[in-house]
Amino acid sequence: MNHLASQLVLVPVIVPLLGAGLCLAFGRSARAQRIISIVALALVVAAAAALLWRADQFGPQSVNVGGWPADIGISLVADRLSALLLVVSTIVTFSVLLYSFGQGIVEFGRDTPLSVFHPTFLVLSAGVSAAFLSADLFNLFVGFEILLAASYVLITLGGTEARVRAGTIYVVVSLISSVLFLISIAAVYAATGTVNLAALPERIAALPEPLQLVLQLMLLLTFSIKAAIFPLSAWLPDSYPTAPAPVTAVFAGLLTKVGIYAIIRVQTIVFPDQPLRTLLLTVAILTMVVGILGAVAQSDIKRLLSFTLVSHIGYMLFGIALASEAGYAGAIFYVIHHITVQTALFLVAGLIEYRTGTTQLDRLGGLARAAPVLAVLFFVPAMNLAGIPPFSGFLGKLALIQAGTEAGDWLAYAGVGASLAVSLLTLYAVAKTWNRAFWQPRDEDIEHDTPKTGALHPGQATMTDDKVLRLPRGMALPTLALVAFSVTLTLAAGPLIGVSQRAAAELQERTPYIEAVLGDAE
Amino acid sequence: MSVDLTLIIAIGVLVACGTTLVLERSLTRILVGFVLLGNGVNLFFIVASGPPGAAPIVRDNGERMADPLPQAMALTAIVITLGVTAFGLALAYRTWQLEGHDDVQDDVEDALVIRRAERDDLSASFDEVDESLPEEEGADLPAVDDEVTDENAETADDEPHNDGAPDAGGTR
Repeated sequence: MNHLASQLVLVPVIVPLLGAGLCLAFGRSARAQRIISIVALALVVAAAAALLWRADQFGPQSVNVGGWPADIGISLVADRLSALLLVVSTIVTFSVLLYSFGQGIVEFGRDTPLSVFHPTFLVLSAGVSAAFLSADLFNLFVGFEILLAASYVLITLGGTEARVRAGTIYVVVSLISSVLFLISIAAVYAATGTVNLAALPERIAALPEPLQLVLQLMLLLTFSIKAAIFPLSAWLPDSYPTAPAPVTAVFAGLLTKVGIYAIIRVQTIVFPDQPLRTLLLTVAILTMVVGILGAVAQSDIKRLLSFTLVSHIGYMLFGIALASEAGYAGAIFYVIHHITVQTALFLVAGLIEYRTGTTQLDRLGGLARAAPVLAVLFFVPAMNLAGIPPFSGFLGKLALIQAGTEAGDWLAYAGVGASLAVSLLTLYAVAKTWNRAFWQPRDEDIEHDTPKTGALHPGQATMTDDKVLRLPRGMALPTLALVAFSVTLTLAAGPLIGVSQRAAAELQERTPYIEAVLGDAE
Repeated sequence: MSVDLTLIIAIGVLVACGTTLVLERSLTRILVGFVLLGNGVNLFFIVASGPPGAAPIVRDNGERMADPLPQAMALTAIVITLGVTAFGLALAYRTWQLEGHDDVQDDVEDALVIRRAERDDLSASFDEVDESLPEEEGADLPAVDDEVTDENAETADDEPHNDGAPDAGGTR
């Protein structure tokens, strides 16, 4: 019985892949593709929820695929951290899928002669799950590659000039990081003879210290590129904004977080004795500050959001760098919060683009009156991102700041100071967006002195006229659902922080994970 | 652990050539560089599998046999490299179709920010409200307004990026 239930670990990886195959087989029918995608992702959400419950109640769930022992074969493990991230990421993926139905263009039309969106989207979901669940470094690499290969296709969807240009940069950067990851894996294997995350700690500890440091730095370097941590973050704001809205949203929500997850995993289980505190804290502070300064300078909503994404990765790294239980718990809670909020914001940016034809701040205006629902949809996650109480962003930042003050040395206090300042600057950046796009009347409205209802004015000859449409329900409802979910994170903050803390404790304890992976080998 | 020097030299040459090519502007060259890098790394896996000369995986007859795990990893890496290279070549071809070359371009928005900085200009989304505080409606001074619009027109003309962006989610 126990054994059977732990097979659930396979569902988040296998079902989306099967679904992707089926989607390709039914490539001619949009309806069939939609049904398959929905069913596959709904199954994954259910499985992830069940996994989280079991991981929280009974400890890590593990499966050795194909019955090979863990140090030879592929094993998948869901402990509290993996399961928690899996639940949040699949819920977010699911709502983005629904949103993409509403948008419509991503399936059939001028943009995509071949209906590759659904299969690729499912493969992306499988790759994210595989990365969260895999219990060895090489399988983690494979998970990364699955999600990267899918993301290459999604970011260049339709092959327009702008997307190909942005996609090229993304692909090249990812290729380099993949090669670095492979080199790190080969080096780890050469030094220890295993790549299994559960078997590594013991063998790594036996290595001479400089060698340990080299291996750790190589792995951290690789993951830092994927997570867009400051000196290695320049690719992100450049490549994300041009993709279709649902794609940008799911990338922003998930892909960088997979990098953060990998850093947490490696730092806690493989290198618990040398947290590289000074280095990571410095980099975290720099990421926060440089990212948000970039955001303040932007005049396009999508680019501004991309820069805030980089900046807020710094918060998570700050929690990881503290290397205390409170720090990890804060980082985990912040990851959950940020996945939801950042995705919601990009979905809203997509709605703004749909409604007005642009996300350039200097061409927008008067949206608060023209589209009040849209204004609310933007306002709530924006304030959440800036960390206004009582939203989950505030709670996450509070947890991190508490962890920082607990640590009590000057660098930790510098981190606390940086997070407060960056929080304020985030508020400035989103408030600027709010003022320009929502409150301030449009420039054209002033000139023509027309009432600012915004919708369908024959006399108002602007480029947006033919695009001023009512928000399609199919796009607005999933966004609304996701915004509601982000608010629920606040309401359910007690239990969530509880799970985060238990997950952090489990990470620091390490033995449950190691036993779950290697125990099955016997 | 004894290591084959030939392999090490081969890895060095492959990775050095690969790195040089990856630093090029042309996407095709970058891809060739990536393939070289990938092959260098695959050889690294072979080195990681232990001293050369052992038999491949056989039944346990007391003889030393080669570690099959790094070989399996190298095989997986080869497959992934192949797939990604194919995608990259398609991307290079598409770039060539659209632009007549396959050079990796600089970020358009970055160029815009730099140009603005050189002119000592304000951010496009800067609010200049102070001088007309009493009337909210006239928040934007006409002079500033014109300049901003001009710049946008200019941007739209010479950078296709801004034309493409609205299409992303705007049209049906």
